Amino acid sequence: MGASPMNKTITIDGKTVPFVDGQTIMDAAMAFGIYIPHLCHNPEFEPHGSCKLCVVSVNGRNMTSCTMPAVEDMVVANDTPELNDDRKALVQMLFVEGNHICPACEASGNCQLQAAAYYLNMLSPHFTHFYPQRKVDASHPDIFLDLNRCILCELCVRASREVDGKNVFGISGRGIDTHLVVNSASGRLGDTNFAATDKAAHVCPTGAILIKRQGYKIPIGQRTFDRKKISEVQMELIEQIKPEPDDG
Amino acid sequence: MEPCEFPDIEQQLAPIFERHGRESSRLLQILLDVQEAFHFIPPEAVTCIAGHLGLPRVSVEGAAGFYSFLSLKPAGEYRILFSDNVTDQMLGNPELMQYFCNKLWLEPGKVSEDNLVSADRTSCTGMCDQGPAALVNGWPLTNLDQDRLDLIAELIRSKEPISRWPPILFEVKDNIRRADVLLGDALEPGVAIKAALERGADATLREMETSGLRGRGGAGFSTARKWSGCRASPGLAHYIVCNADEGEPGTFKDRVLLNSYADLVFEGMTIGAKVMGSAKGFLYLRGEYRYLLERLESILARRRATGLLGRDILGVTGFDFDIEVHLGAGAYICGEESALIESLEGKRGRPRNRPPFPAAHGYFHQPTVVNNVETFACAARIAAQGGKWFAAMGTRQSSGSKILSISGDCARPGIYEYPFGVSVKEILDDCGGEDVYAVQIGGPSGILISWKEFGRCISFEDLPTAGAFTIFKRGRDILQVVRNYAHFFAHESCGFCTPCRVGTQLQKKIVDKMANGNGTSSNLEELKHLGHIMRTMSHCGLGHTAANPVLDMLDKFPGAYEKKLKNLAFEPAFDLDSALETARKISGRDDPWAHLP
Repeated sequence: MGASPMNKTITIDGKTVPFVDGQTIMDAAMAFGIYIPHLCHNPEFEPHGSCKLCVVSVNGRNMTSCTMPAVEDMVVANDTPELNDDRKALVQMLFVEGNHICPACEASGNCQLQAAAYYLNMLSPHFTHFYPQRKVDASHPDIFLDLNRCILCELCVRASREVDGKNVFGISGRGIDTHLVVNSASGRLGDTNFAATDKAAHVCPTGAILIKRQGYKIPIGQRTFDRKKISEVQMELIEQIKPEPDDG
Repeated sequence: MEPCEFPDIEQQLAPIFERHGRESSRLLQILLDVQEAFHFIPPEAVTCIAGHLGLPRVSVEGAAGFYSFLSLKPAGEYRILFSDNVTDQMLGNPELMQYFCNKLWLEPGKVSEDNLVSADRTSCTGMCDQGPAALVNGWPLTNLDQDRLDLIAELIRSKEPISRWPPILFEVKDNIRRADVLLGDALEPGVAIKAALERGADATLREMETSGLRGRGGAGFSTARKWSGCRASPGLAHYIVCNADEGEPGTFKDRVLLNSYADLVFEGMTIGAKVMGSAKGFLYLRGEYRYLLERLESILARRRATGLLGRDILGVTGFDFDIEVHLGAGAYICGEESALIESLEGKRGRPRNRPPFPAAHGYFHQPTVVNNVETFACAARIAAQGGKWFAAMGTRQSSGSKILSISGDCARPGIYEYPFGVSVKEILDDCGGEDVYAVQIGGPSGILISWKEFGRCISFEDLPTAGAFTIFKRGRDILQVVRNYAHFFAHESCGFCTPCRVGTQLQKKIVDKMANGNGTSSNLEELKHLGHIMRTMSHCGLGHTAANPVLDMLDKFPGAYEKKLKNLAFEPAFDLDSALETARKISGRDDPWAHLP
């Protein structure tokens, strides 16, 4: 693929942002250094568009930036108090829908849900807790699966399918009963071919998938989001996986 | 629940596999057959189907877990699903279900100990003009009352096969009360196709444009634009899909079109095929209308035999087009066109990210047109009688006629076809709606109007609708109506995006709290907040409209909730006394001392 000159642009929060055809609003923004909050998006995988944190206003209409292709002359509003309030409400929804007990969770400090909550100034869950009954699966010798913390971002589903070529995870149920399922007749993770070295074992934004015998190796206070904001960490991830620029 | 064991599953499924082949797009149809044969989808069958279709097991489990009519746990040899639409509720369905459960010692939603029977609720079955209604193993029961339920309970106790139940139980009437251009004089089969062939594809498309026809599913997109978009998109094949997933509560006009005007609908699809160069069409029939399947198949067979479908239609060499009926399985969201396409491909009915749009990337990424049943019927009429003729009816931006499904508080519920522009008042006069207080136009996702607005008109300019027209007389509790709709959306949310999955649940809980007399002024603010989040942040139309009834009530019917609010700014959502209910049940106590003061 030859390098196409980046002569097309969109405007995000008043800044002129170049893009090439095929890039989404999210791609263009992140490449330019503009952070759009997100949870289900990870540039390593096919965009999904379910968490809706990355919704931006495009020419006055709300659109999901991780799936919406950038189109010449789009005028995008991203970092506005209104959108950030709505994003905070979405994070609160994710909190009350599951059982997210940060002080008792091994992922605390490494958790993107928690970090997004801090980033968006969430001070309370606000909504009524659902307290759902969800499964904890410790059947696998090396990995815990705790559905109490699953936010249905499907990153593990995508990683297992796209990178590991295994399809260990899938989604079943509907509505509020939507839940992660694993690829075995018993429904147990231990009966699948999932391995701790799989990509899917390392993409969960929360503590739903945890590697065993690693707990608290890094003490609370020195973890990823104890040191940096989620915006900084997610922007760094983009830098790491950015392909070498092709000048030919 | 003891796990059932099916060691010979492969053998048992062989005839089903034989029928459907190995295409993964057949998954949902295979699951429906397995459900019919086993009354649920055994885990062994999930594994076996996955192997047969070469799919991961999770994909099969994912699809099976998505649709209401598929059950991953035993649901009884007889599964009765009572229609839970607000009109069925007003006709006493909740009480009838309780009566039925008491009679058979059932707990709603749970299968009997002998695995014989279960009773539960389901979203509107499309029999609102002849309710209370229900489904037994997918077959519609109408005009239910205690006598009929006594009979049904007896038939179940004696394990009578449903095929031998008295036909009167399953009688479904058309109830056409007012006919206009679509429902009037029947068109001789083939006439419209002939006219289109004589005119040619380009000119036929121009007629569609002249007619000003807009989609009858409610959104009102220009049919000619949809067709030309699909026509211009390159692809290996072009597909024509008829959306007969009539799931909007209170809508039942497609049921009548398919029962008595199927030729007109198929004709419209065939004309679409000519225009777009398509060789394959699908009719996506909602699971609730499964009883129409054989009838539709026989009409398709007749059309093939008479040269109106299949190879070289009407003797035109190379004009090949055929139609396949694909059954849904109880999922309102599949009425959304991209979710419908996912379901046609055999998957969970999850709306796709757009763009790309189906006109360019639809069924298996090929250019696809999805139109409502009524839209195709209109297209056939336009082909036969011309675009100008059609455009002369209705209003400036809404040409032609609209078929309404009228139910609720009126003397003559049923099907009414009017030219666009008819006022609500005129309709109410015709159907015998007296002392009417409110009308829900276009179902829960539409607009709730009050008696002050009855001068408004059915049209895309004013009151757009897919056809539902549900009437509430003075004295009806609007809060209960809205509660029913809030439950509906929570049940039908596909669960993909956060705002709709969680928002519809939160909305439901708050409306429940208000209906139970524990609402406060802060709850009203919360409902508006949730409405805003769902409207602006959701993935598809379901989430965008899920707050409509609630917001309309807050806006127009303050009397419906104000007197029920507690005179406090805040009331906890947690009710200590009702939390003791489980303990009371276990201890079998309900005396005053088992309650908090």
